[in-house]
Amino acid sequence: MAVDARFSSTPPKPKVAPWNDPVIRGWFFQIVVVGLFVLLAVYLVQNTMENLERQKIASGFGFLEKEAGFEIGDTIISYSAADTYGRALIVGLVNTLRVAVLGIILATILGTLIGIGRLSSNWLLAKICEIYVEAFRNVPLLLWLLLIAKYIRESLPGPRQAWNLLDAFFLSNRGFYVPVPIADPIDKYVGIAFLIGIGVAWYVARWAKKRQEMTGQQFPRIWAGFGIIIGLPLVVWLLGGAPLKLSVPALQGFNFSGGVVLQPEFIALLIGLVLYTSAFIAEIVRSGILAINRGQTEASLANGLTRGQTMRLVLLPQALRVIVPPMTSQYLNITKNSSLAIAIGYPDLVASVNVTINQTGQAIEGILFIMAAYLTVSLSISLFMNWYNKRIALVER
Amino acid sequence: MADITNGSATVTRVYRPPPSQATGAIGWMRRNLFNSVLNSIITILLVLVIGMIVWNFLDWAVFKSVTSAKSGQECGKISPDGACWAFVVDKYRLIFFGTYPYEEQWRPLFACISVIAMLVLSCDRRFWNAWLAAIWGIGSIVTFLLMFGQIFVPLSVLLIVALVAGGVGLLLRRRAASAIEVVAYWVLATVGAVGLAVLLWDWVMGLIGAPDLMVRLSAFVPGFTIAPLSYVETSKWGGLPVTLILASYGLAFAFPLGILAALGRRSKLPLIKGLCVGYIELIRGVPLISLLIMASVMLPLFLPTGMTIDKFLRALVAVTLFAGAYIAEIIRGGLQSIPKGQYEAADAMGLSYMQKTAFIILPQALQVVIPPLVNTFIGFFKDTSLVLIIGIFDLLNAGEQAIVDRVWSGYANEIHVFLAIIYFCMCYSMSRYSKYLEREMNKSVRR
Repeated sequence: MAVDARFSSTPPKPKVAPWNDPVIRGWFFQIVVVGLFVLLAVYLVQNTMENLERQKIASGFGFLEKEAGFEIGDTIISYSAADTYGRALIVGLVNTLRVAVLGIILATILGTLIGIGRLSSNWLLAKICEIYVEAFRNVPLLLWLLLIAKYIRESLPGPRQAWNLLDAFFLSNRGFYVPVPIADPIDKYVGIAFLIGIGVAWYVARWAKKRQEMTGQQFPRIWAGFGIIIGLPLVVWLLGGAPLKLSVPALQGFNFSGGVVLQPEFIALLIGLVLYTSAFIAEIVRSGILAINRGQTEASLANGLTRGQTMRLVLLPQALRVIVPPMTSQYLNITKNSSLAIAIGYPDLVASVNVTINQTGQAIEGILFIMAAYLTVSLSISLFMNWYNKRIALVER
Repeated sequence: MADITNGSATVTRVYRPPPSQATGAIGWMRRNLFNSVLNSIITILLVLVIGMIVWNFLDWAVFKSVTSAKSGQECGKISPDGACWAFVVDKYRLIFFGTYPYEEQWRPLFACISVIAMLVLSCDRRFWNAWLAAIWGIGSIVTFLLMFGQIFVPLSVLLIVALVAGGVGLLLRRRAASAIEVVAYWVLATVGAVGLAVLLWDWVMGLIGAPDLMVRLSAFVPGFTIAPLSYVETSKWGGLPVTLILASYGLAFAFPLGILAALGRRSKLPLIKGLCVGYIELIRGVPLISLLIMASVMLPLFLPTGMTIDKFLRALVAVTLFAGAYIAEIIRGGLQSIPKGQYEAADAMGLSYMQKTAFIILPQALQVVIPPLVNTFIGFFKDTSLVLIIGIFDLLNAGEQAIVDRVWSGYANEIHVFLAIIYFCMCYSMSRYSKYLEREMNKSVRR
């Protein structure tokens, strides 16, 4: 049965000229834009190939296997000038991650304290926190870094007159010396006990939650968890005879020996990053807390929850929803800003690559390496924080 | 005391003042500093700690400071543990204007005033219309005439501007404009197109034997030069004008780039969307330093042999690319805040994509994002200090150059504190302005 076109449910396609058809137009513009982009890319690549050939610069990542021939002042993993460029870059990457991770942890703690301080009922405390935030937010990070690095190098005393705490911690213009425990065979078992403790604590927490959901009975799972995680290794350590030998830094000649030294550049970078970023984090925390309706506190107290429970079960979950997304970008900022290390001589990833570029001339490979490394780190942080954000997000119908 | 007339009798009532402990300074302190045991302890501790810090700082910066001396050693002799402000007094010209020729330093001074005047005028909401273009046009000519001493205007640039202005006018206002306006747009576009065609023909004719497009293009464009002052190249620029120019022009160029990238990211065309997402996420994922290093070591490799780009311009390109990605994300936020009904209403009115975007969507979206844009500007103003790493003498780097001087060795803190105060004054006033704007713009929403 033939259906008259006028009565069919789908309207007839309007007749339009091809240059007015949105689909054709869309593809036309896309092809033009991408074509121009490809042309530009081809042009640049051609120029680059010519230039590289003319300046006799090798291309490819073969240089990673060659001997680097430069020293790196501050390393955690073993490295010497005889190692390869590849290893030098890894050392730089590890240094970047070290300062970024420590910076994120410390800035979060300090920023949260300052942010809460700004809301204190104590006028003096609130004002001082406000001045702190404004002072650190409105001056470039690079200036803070240079100021702190120069201050440590020039205005702190030398090793002989080092500032001394308990005859074990020394702060001088050569760095911050801290005592470390000397390795003992029992350490291995303590570590295993620690891991087991985490597992047991997780299991207990799960059990407690299930029990609370079934019966309503509560169990102090946070305290119990801490007790298990700290207590188990402690028991193992005590059973092992409680070996405590410390390597304490002591002045020998012109410098200290023993202990572990935090290099002045590392301290300067860490302090600068933490102070600067904590000012931003303080503002985020403050706005997160202010975003919660006051009625929430009153309602929860009226329901008979204690102040601690109100904070933990009612206020914090809601504040975190506001806080987490901007906090993510601050964490990314710390990671990216750690690249300013190059200005004060801390051997991070960018500094290692910079030396490599200067020695081999392979700028493109070096910069590709930097970009790939930072993109990987940035994306991992974003992915983690997005996962966390989803976990705490409001569950809507 | 108050007299109250109550019927026929007059009653005199005596109002007692509130207890002295609840009003005035004492009352305020009881309410705000000592309202609980914990707060009292915090207050006392803070007063002690902060008092000590402030006292030590004042002792260094004011009481024991030296303001006139010939060298760092002399400072050390006069007052060993005070600040040596004589250093700053001696070096302030270097810090503010870098290595700009000494007798000509009035020029960067007025250039700074010009840029700051442009920024301040741009803050006034009454100028948020065609005035803004006029202010920046005139201000830019004044600034660069002072800094360079001369301006070279190639003919092709003028023709391109005419073509673009005419074309955009025709595209957007073909139906809305009066007949005279439309004719004016046509004339503008035609002049631009014909002029460029002639230049292109000239170039094609002369192409035989010419090695490369860019070299050829830069060689053939005729232009004219306005040169009332002696020429000063960008490698001699330094100090405050460099910081101001990099921040304001970097952002001004990044703004259209950001709008395009934001629109592209929300486009339904997959290839364009992909390009924009790639650009934004790539730039936002890497530190500015890597872009600056790229601009300083990689850009020369990209260009044809024999062609070089000024280092200052390279830094400006890097800052622009960087800022563009961040601005794009801010503007995308604004675009997302526009209700869907606005798009649908514009479509229902029969507006084209260009008209819809230019007249309905962007004006509303930009209005929303102005306060965060000001905050971004503060960020970029601070970030321009990173050009220190590729050896451009901005305010911070000029200060570092002053520190290197052997005569004043050991007094770096003074210069750093001085620089911090300058940056703080500028950034703080901008952040106050951003707060004010936010309040102003929320007036219609808040009650």
